[in-house]
Amino acid sequence: MKPYRIVHYLNQFFGGVGGEEKADIKPESREGAVGPGVAFKAALKGEAEIVGTVICGDGYFAENMEKATGEILALIAAFKADAVITGPAFNAGRYGAACGAVADAVRAKLDLPALSGMYEENPGVDLYRKSVVIVPTSDNARGIKDAVPAMSRLILKMLSGETLGSAAEEGYMERGIRVNCFHHRPGAERAVEMLLSKLRGEPFATEYPMPNFDRVPIAPALKDIKNATIALLTDGGIVPKGNPDRIESSSATRYGTYSFAGIDSATDKLYATAHGGYDPTYANHDPNRVLPLDVMRDLEREGAFGKLYETWYSTVGNGTSVAMARKFGEEMGQALKAAGVDAVILTST
Amino acid sequence: MVKEIERVGLPIVHICTIIPISLTVGANRIVPAIAIPHPLGDPSKTPEEEKLLRRRIVEKSLLALQTEITEQTVFND
Amino acid sequence: MKLELHKARVRGIQWGGKTALGGNRVLQVNRAELMELLAEDGRFASIDMDIARPGESVRIVPVKDVIEPRCKIEGSGEMFPGMVGDVESAGEGKTFVLEGAAVVTCGKIVGFQEGIIDMSGNAAEYTPFSCTYNLALIFQPTEGLEIYEYEQACRLAGLKAALYLARKAHEAGAGADNVETYELPSMTESFTKFPNLPKVAYLYQLQTQGLLHDSYVYGLDAKRLLSTLIHPNETMDGAIVSGNCVSACDKNSTFVHQNNPVIKALYARHGVDVNFVGVILTNENVTLADKRRSSAYAVKLASMLGVEGLVISEEGFGNPDADLIMNCRRAESAGIRTVLITDEFAGRDGASQSLADATPEADAVVSTGNANMMIELPPVERVIGYTDYVDVIAGGFSGSLREDGSIEVELQAITGATCELGFNRTGAKTL
Repeated sequence: MKPYRIVHYLNQFFGGVGGEEKADIKPESREGAVGPGVAFKAALKGEAEIVGTVICGDGYFAENMEKATGEILALIAAFKADAVITGPAFNAGRYGAACGAVADAVRAKLDLPALSGMYEENPGVDLYRKSVVIVPTSDNARGIKDAVPAMSRLILKMLSGETLGSAAEEGYMERGIRVNCFHHRPGAERAVEMLLSKLRGEPFATEYPMPNFDRVPIAPALKDIKNATIALLTDGGIVPKGNPDRIESSSATRYGTYSFAGIDSATDKLYATAHGGYDPTYANHDPNRVLPLDVMRDLEREGAFGKLYETWYSTVGNGTSVAMARKFGEEMGQALKAAGVDAVILTST
Repeated sequence: MVKEIERVGLPIVHICTIIPISLTVGANRIVPAIAIPHPLGDPSKTPEEEKLLRRRIVEKSLLALQTEITEQTVFND
Repeated sequence: MKLELHKARVRGIQWGGKTALGGNRVLQVNRAELMELLAEDGRFASIDMDIARPGESVRIVPVKDVIEPRCKIEGSGEMFPGMVGDVESAGEGKTFVLEGAAVVTCGKIVGFQEGIIDMSGNAAEYTPFSCTYNLALIFQPTEGLEIYEYEQACRLAGLKAALYLARKAHEAGAGADNVETYELPSMTESFTKFPNLPKVAYLYQLQTQGLLHDSYVYGLDAKRLLSTLIHPNETMDGAIVSGNCVSACDKNSTFVHQNNPVIKALYARHGVDVNFVGVILTNENVTLADKRRSSAYAVKLASMLGVEGLVISEEGFGNPDADLIMNCRRAESAGIRTVLITDEFAGRDGASQSLADATPEADAVVSTGNANMMIELPPVERVIGYTDYVDVIAGGFSGSLREDGSIEVELQAITGATCELGFNRTGAKTL
């Protein structure tokens, strides 16, 4: 059986071209393995071999990501690759980001197995761990002797078509992706077993490690409220009657953008709720109970603040994935800021 | 959503009932609401009383927006 | 308090002249007789009935509740006390069970949260009710009937039907295939009986948030409960009844309340390596004050019982995650070790935060799976109920139901798929 063809991606330094002064070199190919690539030969056990190497300057990649990725993919394809290994990048930040991006593109655009290796604090990890298999390495190049066998074993497994097990089982960095499975025993039995282990002081493994939530810097307070434009948003699911944008009652994948122009109150003639996570009777009867437009208009008229921003956003915060909520928030934040809004009130149910 | 909007530099108030969740997730300015199905309403009251309650919560929110804070803050009465 | 469950194993279901369990263990159902019983409630414009067997290419949608046919044969109290039975305490004596059968209530949708049961195909392995012989009741409310009335009518009809099947089958002479005995001594006895075994209780959270989000204890709306004690046997006689189906995947159907697997698992090890002291019931209300009151009260009861460990099960997701985390934090602060059972809403790609709240003390969690996982349901030969609602039920989306009858939905829409009592073997791991 002919060995699998692997292409190796390296930066200018590991590719032997030069140091920082050569960080601007464009992607170029070499036949066979180069530099650290040579170390993979033994670990790949003749089942695969590095048939070519693509080298790119970290600076060029960072400044021309899309273009560089396209050029690199073309060079990889020219080798008729079966799989791609990028790095290991150890703790080099730009290199790690490039390795992650290339592996991700190989997977997404060439539909080939690809993986990388980096130190856990490399910025490339946070950027790409969800979509790319990354083997943990030490923070400097002396760790190559441990990185190579681990990366080789995994790329061979991926080439064989076998599904990879969990991160813990296979030795790659946790991608943070939850995947369903069937256990041998029902959850209730597992729970009682886990409690008894915990009570006895025996080791046990939680099936869901608690997440850490990042903190966002506190935005400075409004100084001049009398002239401030305030936006009103909700994730309580209030939408124009009929839910024209079909916002889902749970796991919303979109938000609606609507106008308050000429409207003084969120009456039940105009609005209803699309949220499936609470008893909708009260919100449907008087949507102001979730979207306090009537009171905002009163306060606006009285001069308590400058102006109610005409556009409002709504989505359903019922089982909304955090990733989706983050995306909505980013888009809304950009749009509101660009429109000159000074502050925001968000209501939730 | 609250955090991403605040990240662009806009002060934002989160009016919600389950304060612990908002605190855990990391909102900075939080104003307590009345109940999940009617955060700014109370069907056990008359419409006039409800509107007054609603106004108080919104006024508290406007105050929160103008208040400099150094850590996550729940604006109780 | 001692209860014997006399279980008759059902191996088939069909319409027949007399409601009885045949010698071949096929449950015969007298359709007309049951129809007459259910039609006594004038709130239905129409009632239809259908049968679904494991392995058939059949889909039942939208599913409201699932109930196991049971009736009292000896001892005080009645089945579903306070609902269709008298309010006296149940949970002791003898109860007859048609094991392997279920009543499934279905019909015009009340709200967004109802679910789907597939009897075969890949979705079948996610619901426990693809393995039961199901009698489906399909309701249509009278014109203009208020939704709270309609929900109650459907709920009571399901319970009545379940009671009817068990009682008639028992009266017609159905014998038990096996008898399970459940007995716990009084607390004073249990404290002294197993002095060397860790004392453990079960904190049972019930969803209590309004229409389609409610639960009932002895007929009482559990929103109004102060956390309280209940004997595990009482759950086997239907003391806890479901009034909620939000979302279908993690709603506790009456069936799973009757067959609570945590209670079963604790009983199995009682006296062996654990001293199962009792069950504390608590609710999941919609105001912060209520949540805090119930949580403080529940953990105080646990402290009064002197338990060392608590298994805590959640019902639902989102704001009830706050109740779960609050109970965990309080218990751990009080020196009581906890294990939590919950499902996850980690997004369709599994990359999102699974719970709405968190605390470092929650270091022992059993997961019953990611409810956002996408699943593809094949077209089926027969649909019981209506498919019109698939696009709007929780877990569905515009385009869920395709022209050829196949459905693309989240696991969220499959009845009982991620039951947080830990009924199923589903779970999740991090890649």
